[in-house]
Amino acid sequence: MAEVAMFKPGPLPVGPTRRQGVGWWGAIMLVASEGALFAYLLFGYFYVGATEPPGWVLEPRPDLRLALPNTVLLLLSSVAAWFGEHGVLSRRRGRALLGFGLAAVMGVVFAAVQWKEWHLKHFLPGTSSYASLYYATTAFHMAHVVIGIAVLLGIFLWTALDYFSPRRHMAVSAGVLYWHFVDAVWLAVFTTYYLTPYLGFGT
Amino acid sequence: MKAADMRVPEVGTATPELRRRLDEIWKTGPGIAGFLGTVDHKKIGIRYIVTAFAFLLLGGIEALLMRLQLIGPDLKLLTPDQYNVLFSTHGMTMIFLYAAPILSGFSNYLFPLLLGNRDMAFPRLNALSYWIYLAAGIFLYVGFLTGHGPNDGWFNYVPYSERDFNPGLNQDFYSLGMVLLGISTTVGAANFIVTLLRMRAPGMSINRLPIMTWGTLTASAANLVVVPSVSLAFLLLWLDRQFGTQFFRSAGGGQPLLWQHLFWLFGHPWVYAIVLPAMGMVSDGLPVFCRRPLVGYSLVALSTVATMILGFGVWVHHMFATGLPGLGLSFFSAASIVITFPSAVAVFAWLATIWTGRPVVTTAFLYFSSMILMFVIGGVSGVMTASVPVDWQLTDTYFVVAHIHYVLIGINLFPVLGAAHFWFPKMTGRFMDERLGKWSFWLVFAGFNIAFLPMHLTGLLGMPRRIYTYGPEMHWTALNTITTCGSFILALGILLFLVNVLRSRRHGRVAPANPWDASTLEWSVSSPPPEYNFAVIPTVASRHPLWEDRLQEEQATSSLDRGMLLDRGKEVVTTTPLDAEPDLILEMPGDTTAPFWLTVGLSLLFIGLLLRVVSLAAGGGVLTALAILVWLWPRRALREREPAHG
Repeated sequence: MAEVAMFKPGPLPVGPTRRQGVGWWGAIMLVASEGALFAYLLFGYFYVGATEPPGWVLEPRPDLRLALPNTVLLLLSSVAAWFGEHGVLSRRRGRALLGFGLAAVMGVVFAAVQWKEWHLKHFLPGTSSYASLYYATTAFHMAHVVIGIAVLLGIFLWTALDYFSPRRHMAVSAGVLYWHFVDAVWLAVFTTYYLTPYLGFGT
Repeated sequence: MKAADMRVPEVGTATPELRRRLDEIWKTGPGIAGFLGTVDHKKIGIRYIVTAFAFLLLGGIEALLMRLQLIGPDLKLLTPDQYNVLFSTHGMTMIFLYAAPILSGFSNYLFPLLLGNRDMAFPRLNALSYWIYLAAGIFLYVGFLTGHGPNDGWFNYVPYSERDFNPGLNQDFYSLGMVLLGISTTVGAANFIVTLLRMRAPGMSINRLPIMTWGTLTASAANLVVVPSVSLAFLLLWLDRQFGTQFFRSAGGGQPLLWQHLFWLFGHPWVYAIVLPAMGMVSDGLPVFCRRPLVGYSLVALSTVATMILGFGVWVHHMFATGLPGLGLSFFSAASIVITFPSAVAVFAWLATIWTGRPVVTTAFLYFSSMILMFVIGGVSGVMTASVPVDWQLTDTYFVVAHIHYVLIGINLFPVLGAAHFWFPKMTGRFMDERLGKWSFWLVFAGFNIAFLPMHLTGLLGMPRRIYTYGPEMHWTALNTITTCGSFILALGILLFLVNVLRSRRHGRVAPANPWDASTLEWSVSSPPPEYNFAVIPTVASRHPLWEDRLQEEQATSSLDRGMLLDRGKEVVTTTPLDAEPDLILEMPGDTTAPFWLTVGLSLLFIGLLLRVVSLAAGGGVLTALAILVWLWPRRALREREPAHG
């Protein structure tokens, strides 16, 4: 008779511990699916741009005076969120609150500047397919920024309530991952709409 | 590290006392709160299956109406507009509301049982996925019943579906309903992936997974990244229609072909997503009735994954006739032909399993084995249309209609009916009636082939799809009459199947835990399974834990009676993705109505968007946000926050 392969357990952590636990995997699934969504949006831009005659891009030389600093600001907010997460991991609550709060404020400023940027455009969503794609893509991103700010405020609140520790911080890590994603996707959107025309795409 | 945070799980056997305690912990609460709040994957799975079957019947009735209209030339049973709505709603129903959800239903019910665990990774997400599916189905059918069903075919090409040509609410219902449904599919897919990777019995390494879970894993991975494409396409269409954007309108520099790309970027992987889990059912079910393990397990598992990967690169074969450059067409044609290789692997594996086995001819076996024939016929007509010149000849004719029905009925409905007979005893504790089952099988089989085999010829004779009638001078009458007769025979078979289900549920022969003498873990628990599935967590040592005595393939044998108790709460064990080594004990969430309220909020939001009532949309949005907040609030009981604080 063959021996019975019974798993003989050693001590196992109980509950989501650090980034171990299904929640972290769930956050990765969310980011994968959302990333795909933006890939299709950008596919739309490149596909229509490549099939339309030259002159399709309404702004052959996009104005970078607001957009570039705003991009830098958003990337810095990712650093702030990382700093906040690090604060939780090293049990320094003040740091954590500073990081999350700063990231949320930078997110709000980014959104306000982007709002201004929309109003400075000389075209409307219905002007042409380029305009429609521009507004749809940036609005999709804006929606993600707004949700991301809500997430940051949530983990700010929970950190203030002292819910987390270096061992229990799944919500923090998942939320910060989402914020990093929002920022990384902006880089792709920014490159597509603000930089590729300088490289000659669609012009 | 605090002592309370680490634990050596107790090991023991399944005593009645343990079962009583687990039952108390895992059971769904009573009353309406329990009904709306249950997170039991088995209950949710059954709901999925029942709802999807209801949609199958609706789609079937729509098909029968169309067949009556086409039974002879120049009939006036339906107006052209009614016919448009019917064929579009039929496609939408069968493809989006039946074919995928039915597989989600079986996978929901079976995943933890097949994998040897007590729950899915995200039980609340599971409930959400069902509620949104139900809401989207109702949303779409409210459109249909109020005279606003989709009317441009299920793939809904622009510019027909743009407002200039289609001013009613039809396309708005369809667009928003599909976006809503996409949320359900996506969260469901994420749940299957994480469950498969993290929630298995110790020892169930990746090479011991039942093939059906391979199929669902691959299909879910695809859904996760392709559903956003179609949701985006429908949203952009809705914006074009309601807010004057120019995504697909050529007058404003939009690109009608962008719709087709976004739709088929989703659509073709989706075709595999609605057949791969069903093929997995055959790969797991057929061998049980051949009294031997599946031939070529590893090849079949790998070809499942390979099919999906190739499936991402074939979408343009739906667009051969749109005037794309020849070089591009030849690439996609080649990819479409290459994809037959992994499909053929599965076919030969099944044939070899039957050939070298000792088949027991049950109803389930009949469905599983005849599916192979349907698959080959549908596959061959697929290879034919993968060739560009042949496709140019056949596109938009009934040949394509025949192909899609051989693929979808053959590789989805046949396995599903087989799976229903196969797992019915597990789900209900009773057998389905075999005599009635065989009658219904032969009616379904005969009716289906009488209806759809001649349809290839109808297409070759040039009858275009989607026309509401035809003249007698076209000489299509005889073929169409045969097809209509066949479709009614098929419907009769399905009716008998339903009678069988309803009768057997109450009066069927009582089934033991392992009525078919099958080999996988779900058959090691009682029929129907207790709410906690496994009283002790099994340890798996082979692919066939219940056949180890006779196969003797492995050194060690699985431990089914003795294992971790995990009875201090609603506990499960998570495992590493490849080797299935236990790495965490998780407390699972209990009943909650948050997913239900989230769905109510989202539904109000979508109704508000449809009718463009801002206050309704905003109210729905707020309710949605509140439900999410309640849901995500870190709980002490789930150890999502430090027990000492807050």
